[in-house]
Amino acid sequence: MLYALCLLLFVVGLYGVVTKKNVIKIVISLVIMGYAVNLFLIMLGYREKGVAPIIDQTTEAAKFAQTSVDPLPQALVLTAIVIGLGVTALMVAICIRLYERYGTFDITEMRKLKG
Amino acid sequence: MNIIPLFVAIPLGMAFFIPMVGRKARKLPDLLGNLTTLVLLIMSLSVIGKSGIYWMGGWSPRSGIPIGINLVLDGLSGFILVTVSLVSFMATLFSVQYMEQYTSKLHYYSLFLLMVAGMNGVVLSGDMFNIFVFLEIASIASYALVGFGCRHEELEASFKYLVLGSIASILILFGVALCYAMTGTLNMAHLGQLIRGDMNPPILLALTFFLAGFSLKAALVPFHAWLPDAHPSAPAPISAMLSGVLIKAIGIYALIRVIFNVFGLTPLLSSILTTLGTLSMIVSVLLAIGQWDLKRLLAYHSISQIGYVILGIGLGTPLGILGGLFHLINHAAFKSLLFLNAGAIEYTTGTRELERMGGLNKKMPVTGSTSIIASMSIAGIPPFNGFWSKLIIIMACVNAGRFGLAGWAVFVSIMTLASFMKVQKYAFFDELKKARERVKEVPALMCFSMILLAILCVTMGLLWHSWVVDLFLGPARDVLVAGTNYAATVLGN
Repeated sequence: MLYALCLLLFVVGLYGVVTKKNVIKIVISLVIMGYAVNLFLIMLGYREKGVAPIIDQTTEAAKFAQTSVDPLPQALVLTAIVIGLGVTALMVAICIRLYERYGTFDITEMRKLKG
Repeated sequence: MNIIPLFVAIPLGMAFFIPMVGRKARKLPDLLGNLTTLVLLIMSLSVIGKSGIYWMGGWSPRSGIPIGINLVLDGLSGFILVTVSLVSFMATLFSVQYMEQYTSKLHYYSLFLLMVAGMNGVVLSGDMFNIFVFLEIASIASYALVGFGCRHEELEASFKYLVLGSIASILILFGVALCYAMTGTLNMAHLGQLIRGDMNPPILLALTFFLAGFSLKAALVPFHAWLPDAHPSAPAPISAMLSGVLIKAIGIYALIRVIFNVFGLTPLLSSILTTLGTLSMIVSVLLAIGQWDLKRLLAYHSISQIGYVILGIGLGTPLGILGGLFHLINHAAFKSLLFLNAGAIEYTTGTRELERMGGLNKKMPVTGSTSIIASMSIAGIPPFNGFWSKLIIIMACVNAGRFGLAGWAVFVSIMTLASFMKVQKYAFFDELKKARERVKEVPALMCFSMILLAILCVTMGLLWHSWVVDLFLGPARDVLVAGTNYAATVLGN
């Protein structure tokens, strides 16, 4: 059920990228798409009433495996968020430069390139 | 000392070292940039035919189950590494004088080396998530390099490329997440072992995401919309890198690695690949003929030639794979040469419009003659390299009983010849325009890198059937022919 909501969020982002004409709105839609995938990844590691995945001398390996959440998706999501930050920063920088050149955020008015 | 991680570490380290020390002396960034790519070229030539696995931090697999991150060097990775290093060395050689027109060489070399590090990482990584990470390093650097000039068209092309490239990356990440959800592993070899033969719906969905994502990165028709804008907008050496190796390393290589070595080639996948390849070939060659912007015409031809590569590899027969891989390295040589030629013309005349050139052969003999060699290579005239690889692909189509595909391949080759006749006539052979009387040949280093690439175009055509195949193309083909046995080779069980 929750996974279906992830897919819904993904589709909302895709809809925004395809239909919006304002470059900033396109950037936001891309960010939403990225977050949908991040949410999906982090939910893979979720376990109800799970404990933090930290091992010390007293924990037993078998019990630990049954009760702890999966730490790997957390590491992956952290990496993916940092990459997403880099891409978003570059996109916003290019949007600002585009605004300086064209004086508008409307993508339909940026037509120096021909098909 | 293991050499494998150095392929990523050296360019990554230099990318940050150059801006730190580059302001000390004017020539230092050029020197360091060229030195780095030369070292990478020598290193990649030294690992031809070798294979090895590097486990990060010494976390080698326990009882056949990988627990750490690994870098895998095999025939196919070594082959792509040589291609990447070769073109990047020529491009940095060309940039020394070409990039004087732009303001910030420090940032240019920094982004350039980040892109090389990303590509080497994708090629060497044995782990799905690391492929995604390195692919993003290479892509972000290339988005910035496309918009390097900060003019109207460049920013617009960069934004278009950024949006489509980000969608591709998100799709690939979604595929990685689905694979992890179904199997609990990210290592490609282990993944291949766990899903062998069992194509349940989530795995198929992941495969679809990979197919769409990597095809977007490789700009196969119908995913090609960004390429004809992005590649011409970049500075010439970057166009050569993007068309010559980037779409191959992060598009074609990743696609065929995932399909052949992780999921295994099925007849359905084979027909999807050959259809994508044929569509790319035909559609973009027809679009290319009508172009009057030289670099835009070349960009459309990149899609069309990538179609040949995918067609050959998608056939799945050893001969087809050999032809596809051979065409891949040939295309890297002649397409980067053509983009450097276009850059040389833009450098001296300041235009990319074919109608405003003409008669440049008399004024720019080196550019003219190397461009004729490259044009004949791409059009498939014997004895240049493009002829041999196209011949192998067409023979492989006939051997596999796909006569229709062979016919299309011949047709596209003829159309390519037609459009390069147009380039030669308008740019080099026509009458010299009055405004171009004072045009001179480009500086020595630019000539030097063009001549080196032209020599490669000729020699690779002459040498293809002797020891080169066994040493260089053979191991790469064997990796793909072995298919999902890749897992056993990597994990050693």
